[in-house]
Order: sequence, then structure tokens, then C-alpha cells
Amino acid sequence: MFAIEIQGLSKDYAVGFWKKQFRPALKPLNLAVRTGETFGFLGPNGAGKTTTLKLLMGIVSPTSGTATILGKSFQDPEVKRRIGFLPEQPYFYDYLSAPELLDYYARLSGVPRERRNPKIDELLKRVGLADVGDRQLRKFSKGMLQRVGIAQAIIHDPEVIFLDEPMSGLDPLGRHEVRELIQGLKDDGKTIFFSTHILSDAEALCDRVAVIHKGELRGVGAINDIRTSVAGRSEVIWDGAHALPAVSGSLIESHITGETVRGIAHSENIDSLLDQLRRQRARLISVTPLHGTLEEYFLAKTSEQEKVIS
Amino acid sequence: MISRLTAITLNTFREAVRDRVLYNLILFVLLLVASAPLFGQISIGMERLILVNVGLSSISLFGVIIAIFIGIGLVSKEMEKKTLYTILSRPVRRWEFILGKYLGLVMTLVVNTALMTAGFYIALLITNGLHKTDALLLVAIYFTVLQFLIVTALTILFSTFSSPIFSAIFAFALFVIGTFAEDLKNFAAISKGAAKLLATAAAYVMPNFASLNVIAQAAHDQGVGSGLILFNTLYALLYSASAVAAAVLIFERRNLK
Repeated sequence: MFAIEIQGLSKDYAVGFWKKQFRPALKPLNLAVRTGETFGFLGPNGAGKTTTLKLLMGIVSPTSGTATILGKSFQDPEVKRRIGFLPEQPYFYDYLSAPELLDYYARLSGVPRERRNPKIDELLKRVGLADVGDRQLRKFSKGMLQRVGIAQAIIHDPEVIFLDEPMSGLDPLGRHEVRELIQGLKDDGKTIFFSTHILSDAEALCDRVAVIHKGELRGVGAINDIRTSVAGRSEVIWDGAHALPAVSGSLIESHITGETVRGIAHSENIDSLLDQLRRQRARLISVTPLHGTLEEYFLAKTSEQEKVIS
Repeated sequence: MISRLTAITLNTFREAVRDRVLYNLILFVLLLVASAPLFGQISIGMERLILVNVGLSSISLFGVIIAIFIGIGLVSKEMEKKTLYTILSRPVRRWEFILGKYLGLVMTLVVNTALMTAGFYIALLITNGLHKTDALLLVAIYFTVLQFLIVTALTILFSTFSSPIFSAIFAFALFVIGTFAEDLKNFAAISKGAAKLLATAAAYVMPNFASLNVIAQAAHDQGVGSGLILFNTLYALLYSASAVAAAVLIFERRNLK
């Protein structure tokens, strides 16, 4: 079951005053996010991440394509009761206190009167702002504001949560706190779709990620697969230096320490390598796939030539 | 729907009430009213006339300034601070947002006018003592509030498609033109051909603030007929409803960057 299904969603912005030209901010995008999944939407600044989120939230209208959220059209007002959204670096109403702000958003989301106050207290506690009292938001630090931001996104207990760059502009402590909050939502079984350009955050939190660059989807995959696919290499350790000359053709590099050999081979050569080692009666100690980093994947995907879309 | 509308209205009101600029403006009007007796001393026996003229004109002018000053920011500030995104991603329709904002500002202006009116009547009481005819002044103040309804609606209309500065210029220009609406009608009556057509059209499209200004009559204790009160009320309601509807139509189609 998919919580979010994006089908060919695209957006062109008109630029120029007299002679209008259309600049694609998002090329037709197809993407599906499973229920309960934490999905990272990665891309450098200006890649089209925010545009995608604005389209899904109905803030801008698509040039073409459509999307469903929780099985209904993304434009269905009913869907909006069941989703939460945190825009990138919002400032909120700085003349309000945190409880007032949350009360306002709870009303707009149709949270019944009797559930509002207990919910606000519970959420303020959850985001670590139980003791802020009536202090106005203008006196809040950036990290505190971001936590209020997450609280407003979940005040109505949504099933799907969209977060636009939730960690940007925060210090390491603030980032850690926000990361913990997202982890908590993930543990609650919420579907989380968040855009970021901070790869370590995506690596720590996401089940799957998509990479978008210049308005175009460059790759989608599970974090574990991605790491393996980037590397595509394995480390093989065995006892028996005598076997090395026979297998050296399958190895990219090797080191000998006494009788123990540590060799690196392409993953597709591993089977034949192991066969040869057995034939040479070498004693196998371990075979470990080498993980690449998300960063390597990201850099590889964003440096690929732009595909021509007909 | 009603609860969302009330939430937006009350939040807009709260924003205005917590803005210091508003208090400065109210204070300025009260000072002006308080100083009116000093003007009166220049010309003997004219205290009340001058107090009424200065007082009611300040209430009207500063109300319009507040309406424009706050009105231009109602939509643009929410876009700039991205708070609008957190609203439109909820089950809030765009028309509810515009109407809520409008009603919030109108509520602010009504409360402000009530405060300034109280100050004005205290000044009257101190300088002249209150008389029966002073009740007539309330009609002039009521008409001023009707003016605010229109100015606020026009400001919101402009702010849905232009920058705050241009919205302010447009709204203020229309206020000035509307104040001289009778002259526009007279001009239409004496001109010929295309000019007549244009002037007549303009006279009807422009808001008629002239007929909503009875300060001079009120100052001379002249009553206002109930027919005019009814007509002006309907006129202000229809005119502002059309402007708000136009604002909604534009805002519904707008891509918010």
C-alpha cells in the first residue's frame, strides 16, 4: 500500500515580463512512498524539492500530472486533515506564544475543542517546550522554532508528514533534537516524507531515498541497496599466502600480513574467487561487502549527464 | 468552516492588537482630539465646531491609514514568512483565508473606532458638556466605519496581486478619488462624447466616499435621513463584498511562490 503516489507531476514557471518563457522547475516526476516508510527526498539547493512539496500541498498548481495521498487526490480537502506539513525555515506568527500558535493550527485542522488543550500540553512536552509558558515566539531560538514547527505539523495527528529541510539552519544540538523527534514519529508508524540536502540525516533516518537534480529524478532506492550498489566491492580475507598468485587476476588490490591475505574484489567476481581459493586449499576467514556512502551515491547521481526528455 | 473562519479572524485581530504601531496611531488621534480645544481658543465660540471637525476627521483619516497600513501586509506577510503554507496545507479554503483576514481587520478597525469615539466624547464632555444633538455625530462615525469596510476590501484586493507598496498607493489613490466622487459626477454631467462616457463609468466604478462623509453636516447639527443611512449601508456592504469576491477570485488562481 502506498501512502503517496506521484504520477507525472510537473511544474513550469513563466519567466520574463514581455516575452514569457517557461522554465521547468520540476520535470514529470513519478514516485511512490509506502505506508509507514520514512522517505528522504535528496537534492542540492534549487533541485525542485520544495516545488514538489508545494505542489503536493496545493500551494502551487501543477503544469501536468497528478498525485494521490492516502488513496485520494492530493487536491481533496479531506486529505488535508490527514497530512501535516512543515515548510522550510518558517517564521510563524511571532506575536503568539507556543500554546496560542498550536491552538490556532488545531482549530484550522478541525481538532475538537475538548481535545485541543490536552493535545497542546502533550505536544509541547514531546518537543521539549513544556516550560516556555506565554513567552512570544519572537523570543525563541531557531531550534525552538523548528520544534514548534514540528509540533504544528502533527497537532492534528496526521498519518503522513511532509517536512521541508527540517534540519537546515540548526546547530548540531538542534539537529540532533529534530532528528530524535523524527525518529519518534517514525517509531509511531507515521509515513514521513522529508526533503534535505544533509545526507547524514537522510542516512540515519530514511528507509528509502530519492535523488532529484535540476528538476529531474535521478535515482530511488533503499539506503542499504544504495550503499552496496555504489561500492559493488567486497573484502575477502583468507589464510594461505600461496594461493595469491592463482587468484590475483580477480583482485583489485591485496595485502599480505604473514600468512593472512586481505583482498578486495568486484562483487561479481566473488564466486569465482572463492572457487579458486577452495581449489588452492586456502582457509577462508571472511567475505564482507563494502558499503559505499550515501554521499558517493548522491554525487554520482547529481553529476550524471542530464537525460533528454522527449 | 465557521470555526476556521473565526480562527483566522481572531488571529488577524490579535496580530493587529499586539502591534505597537497601532497604539502609536491611536495615541496620536487621542492627542489630536485633546488638543482641539486649543484650536478653539483661537476663535471664540467655535470650540465645539472645531473639536467635532478635527476629531471626526482624525478618526476617519487615521482609520483609513490603519486599514491600508495593516491591509497591505495581511496577505503578503503570510506569503513572505511562509505561514500561508502551513495554513493552505490544512483543510482551509483560500476564500476562507481571505474572508477571515478581511473580517479580522474590520474587527480591529471597529474596536479602534470605538476607542477613539470614546476619547472624542470625553473631549466633548470636558469642553462643552454633552448635548442631545451630539448623538447625531454617531451617524457620521458610523459612515466612517462604512468607509473603512470599503477601503479594507480594496486594500486586500490590491494586495492579492501587487506588492505592498503598490497596494498602498492604489488604495490611497482610490480613497482620494472616492472622496471627490461628486466632482467626478459633475464633470461627467458637463462633458461630452467619449469623455462623458469615461467619466460616468469612472464615477460609478470608483467608491463614493463623498456620500459617506457627513462630518460637516454633523458638526452643524444637521440630521441625516434614515433613507440615506440605509442606502449607504447597502452601498458599502455591496461594494466591499464585490471587492472581497474579486480578491478571492484572484487569490484562488494564484501560484504562491
